[in-house]
Amino acid sequence: MAEFLSLHDAVARFVEDGATVAMEGFTHLIPFAAGHEVIRQGKRDLTLIRMTPDLIYDQLIGAGCARKVIFSWGGNPGVGSLHRLRDAVEQGWPRQIEILEHSHAAMACAFEAGAAGLPLAVLRGYVGSELPSVNDQIRFIDCPFTGERLAAVPSVRPDVTIVHAQKADRAGNVLVEGIVGVQKEAVLAAAKSIVTVEEVVDDLTAEPDYHPNACIIPGWAIAAIAVAEKGALPSYAHGYYPRDNRFYKEWDAIARDRDAFTQWIDENVMNAGGNA
Amino acid sequence: MSLDYSSAEMMTVTAARALENGMTCFVGIGLPSEAANLARLTHAPDVVLIYESGTLQTRPQVLPLSIGDGELAESALTTVAVQEMFRYWLQGGHIDVGFLGTAQIDRYANLNTTLIGDYREPKVRLPGGGGAPEIATNAGEVFITLKHSRRAFVKDVDFVTTLGFGRDGKGRDGVPNIGKGPTRVITDLCVMKPDPETRELVVVSLHPGVSREDVSDATGWEIRFADELEHTPEPSARELEILRELKERTARAHSGQ
Repeated sequence: MAEFLSLHDAVARFVEDGATVAMEGFTHLIPFAAGHEVIRQGKRDLTLIRMTPDLIYDQLIGAGCARKVIFSWGGNPGVGSLHRLRDAVEQGWPRQIEILEHSHAAMACAFEAGAAGLPLAVLRGYVGSELPSVNDQIRFIDCPFTGERLAAVPSVRPDVTIVHAQKADRAGNVLVEGIVGVQKEAVLAAAKSIVTVEEVVDDLTAEPDYHPNACIIPGWAIAAIAVAEKGALPSYAHGYYPRDNRFYKEWDAIARDRDAFTQWIDENVMNAGGNA
Repeated sequence: MSLDYSSAEMMTVTAARALENGMTCFVGIGLPSEAANLARLTHAPDVVLIYESGTLQTRPQVLPLSIGDGELAESALTTVAVQEMFRYWLQGGHIDVGFLGTAQIDRYANLNTTLIGDYREPKVRLPGGGGAPEIATNAGEVFITLKHSRRAFVKDVDFVTTLGFGRDGKGRDGVPNIGKGPTRVITDLCVMKPDPETRELVVVSLHPGVSREDVSDATGWEIRFADELEHTPEPSARELEILRELKERTARAHSGQ
């Protein structure tokens, strides 16, 4: 059964130095508040998994939390580069990081395989791509039935997954709506999971807009729930607030410069008293 | 009467015209998204646009800044999980056209969105593959659109993120269950298609006012021209009007107004 904790306590209890952490949310519902809490608590040597590192991992990388990043598309969507990711890869600032890159299809399949308890994911992928030459976690197998050559990648099994969602109810069940990404798969693939939510309602199934096929993650499959209002900003929460596209554009200038970045983290994360 | 338009508008309109009504199109962000939505708002109202964020049959009023803007989910027929998008809808064979952009492209239409320089010591680290490696092989065919320059059009890409026809043009030969690959490349100067034998890109159509020299100067290899070189038709007044309105709505929305 999910335990209701403060965001501080949830991160302190479940995110250990050196852990493998997946903070998912495909452009939508990115758990920024939780990411900032990880930065505030000074977690180190994390292996960070995310299909699209986005600004959240740019911030964690720049703040020195990451040892390794596993991803499939590392840009600022519609804007350009993730400059902190680039600076770490190109110049080793603030520390050298290891990267392991996939395609979206492979990573999505790897999350699904993790949720399914399988050791690997199989896909018709990476044909003719040179990614397998730089990522030894991409292999090829022959289908035992047809002989077709298929790509195989290990499943994703994070120590802890952190996602953001719209609502939880008192029993800890969580509703995810809109672009659902690989949220459910990431939670089920992990040993432990933290879900931050916009609000807590009494009973999700008694809500007026509840429907039988809603994407609900049962409370007994989640370790901890923490309320984090506007916890996905500058990404968005469908039905609550829109994506702050202007901030995504402004981030380009902030992240380009090490000092401007450090100042931004100091002002908006370190000294934000758990509210950012 | 000749209309006043930019080379960027010429590129978008030409790319939009490549899409036929009723096609299912897996849309990349940026220029492909602009072209695909222009097609939907003009000659192809029933084109089915699909974005990798899981939004199926989406009809955005403004262009998304990211591949997962709320606008895409709100205007979609349905929104599915990302692995369903790649496994069922793309790998399952439901996509006619993958519409992609790129940072670098070579003479065999291989795409590089990974890095410039050497992998372990990159000069410029680019975002990476995203959906492209599987879109390019699992979609029926691939359209590519990007601005023409020597920096982008290189003889050999630094890294093959996404297969065109391979380093020797034979990368798809004998591979089962693979799409046709790139069938056209649309730039702000011209349209190119792969040679049916060698798979090397050949200019088949020049945009109005563009010379062979303009294209050669902006291409990093000795580009060939088709024997029967065509002239790309100009944008119509209606296409330009709808494109400009779309971009104006988009700019307003993204500046937070």
